[in-house]
Amino acid sequence: MTFFDVKNLTVKFGGLTAVDNVSFGINEGEVFTIIGPNGAGKTTLFNLISRLYTPSAGQIIFRGEDVTRLSAQQIAGRGIARTFQNIELFESASTLQNLLVGRHRHSTTRAWQDILRTRKVRDEEVAHRRAAEEVMDVLRLQRYRDTTIGALPYGVRKVIEVARALCVGPTLLLLDEPSSGLNVEETNAMAEWILEINRRLRITVLMVEHDMSLVSRVSNRVLALNYGKMMALGTAAEVQGHPDVIAAYLGA
Amino acid sequence: MLDFTQQVISGVALGCVYGLIALGFVLIYKATEVVNFAQGEIMMLGAFMSVTFITTLGLNYWLSFLLCVIAMAILGAIMERLVLRPILGYPQFSIVMATIGLGLVIRALVGIIWGTDDLRIETPFTDGVFTVGKLVIAWDALSIIVATILLCAALYAFFRYTRVGIAMQATSQNMLAAYYMGIPVKRMFSLIWSLSAMVACAAGILLAPITLIHANLGFLGIKAFPAAVLGGFGSIPGAVAGGITIGIVESLSGFYLPEGFKDVAAYVVLLAVLLWKPQGLFGLNAIKKV
Repeated sequence: MTFFDVKNLTVKFGGLTAVDNVSFGINEGEVFTIIGPNGAGKTTLFNLISRLYTPSAGQIIFRGEDVTRLSAQQIAGRGIARTFQNIELFESASTLQNLLVGRHRHSTTRAWQDILRTRKVRDEEVAHRRAAEEVMDVLRLQRYRDTTIGALPYGVRKVIEVARALCVGPTLLLLDEPSSGLNVEETNAMAEWILEINRRLRITVLMVEHDMSLVSRVSNRVLALNYGKMMALGTAAEVQGHPDVIAAYLGA
Repeated sequence: MLDFTQQVISGVALGCVYGLIALGFVLIYKATEVVNFAQGEIMMLGAFMSVTFITTLGLNYWLSFLLCVIAMAILGAIMERLVLRPILGYPQFSIVMATIGLGLVIRALVGIIWGTDDLRIETPFTDGVFTVGKLVIAWDALSIIVATILLCAALYAFFRYTRVGIAMQATSQNMLAAYYMGIPVKRMFSLIWSLSAMVACAAGILLAPITLIHANLGFLGIKAFPAAVLGGFGSIPGAVAGGITIGIVESLSGFYLPEGFKDVAAYVVLLAVLLWKPQGLFGLNAIKKV
């Protein structure tokens, strides 16, 4: 059984086939990256996998279960978390509060218990708080714990979004352009975090990324898309050297 | 001075009702960015339902109150499911028209079921007065103020401490992110409608003793709208503060100014405040980055 499988995935928007018969599998523990020129269908593919769009045809299998028809909120319950290219944090809440919302699916208390603050509520709260603190320790976010997101720089927010996704407790983490909007140092730091998450926390990572230095540094395998079709699949070096990929990027 | 205090108190009581309706506007707007123009009619429906429970069925006031609020919670969720959910994502204009249509449907149904006569209910507060020195406060006015305070405290606790309340806040701040935290966003929308229908229903029943119950009660929603705008249209304390401000202004202008000023006073205050603070009293700077 493969960890994550995409089979013949296709989506059409009117007359445009944005993702055309794409199939690939991800092994457990891998960092798998999707690259391609602008408009290649990377983000569309990503949104299909995270169930924001519904495919016209094809299947998505996660740990033996068909998740093609699940709703976006059910995806979190299966252990898949994602970040967004343009950062979707709760801006008027603090870092800690954002991470605690990430714990939502692990919380089982009912409204009346919350109001009465029963023992179960207090115990759960301690556990959630501990989980959030651990994530903040790993990603060195402790000093931003009580700062409102709106007051933090973009680069920090980007890391906080990854932290919040980790609080969901995923086995598969989807990162949508983790380096976009970051400067060189921040991109280097992001590469370190991705490796740390993958190796130390043993979380499988699927990402869409433009920055080839980041891609070749962290990815086990790379899939290149163009016009919604698969162009090449292999290690970063293999894909970068593929004649079709070179042609697509240079516009030959 | 006595007259003044007396007017202020009755203004606060009426203002609390405006505030509660405005609260319903704000709850729905914050979560779904939809202005629900049927809010006044939902309040009216709550008042009419209390007639059925109290007068027709002869039930106890408190029990009837509870049953009405529960029934409205269910109806609120049904309205969301049948009217709003199918057109979610359509232009704002279509959604606003749908809520206006919903309001008209409720008005017509109320006319069919309860008729067009003015109705009244017996409450434990009817005719009772409370005197402090020369000041006379009617029990029904006092009941509105006390109930509003209790309701606000309950809502505060709900949003601050419960998991559902926090999930609702998360949904209203960022829907996309809420989805990927595993929050059932669509169920949250239904719950928000339930909650705001419950608040409107409570407002309707509290208001019933001081006005009669009739099909035009829904127009009070038009008065609550400036209350919500005055408060900043995104702020829950703002909605209540806005409502009370408008209630006091209306009451005082009805007493001190010539006939007719009462009905426009609320809008004059609204315009004046918006000139000075375009975001409303409690509004945030809602500048959206593109």
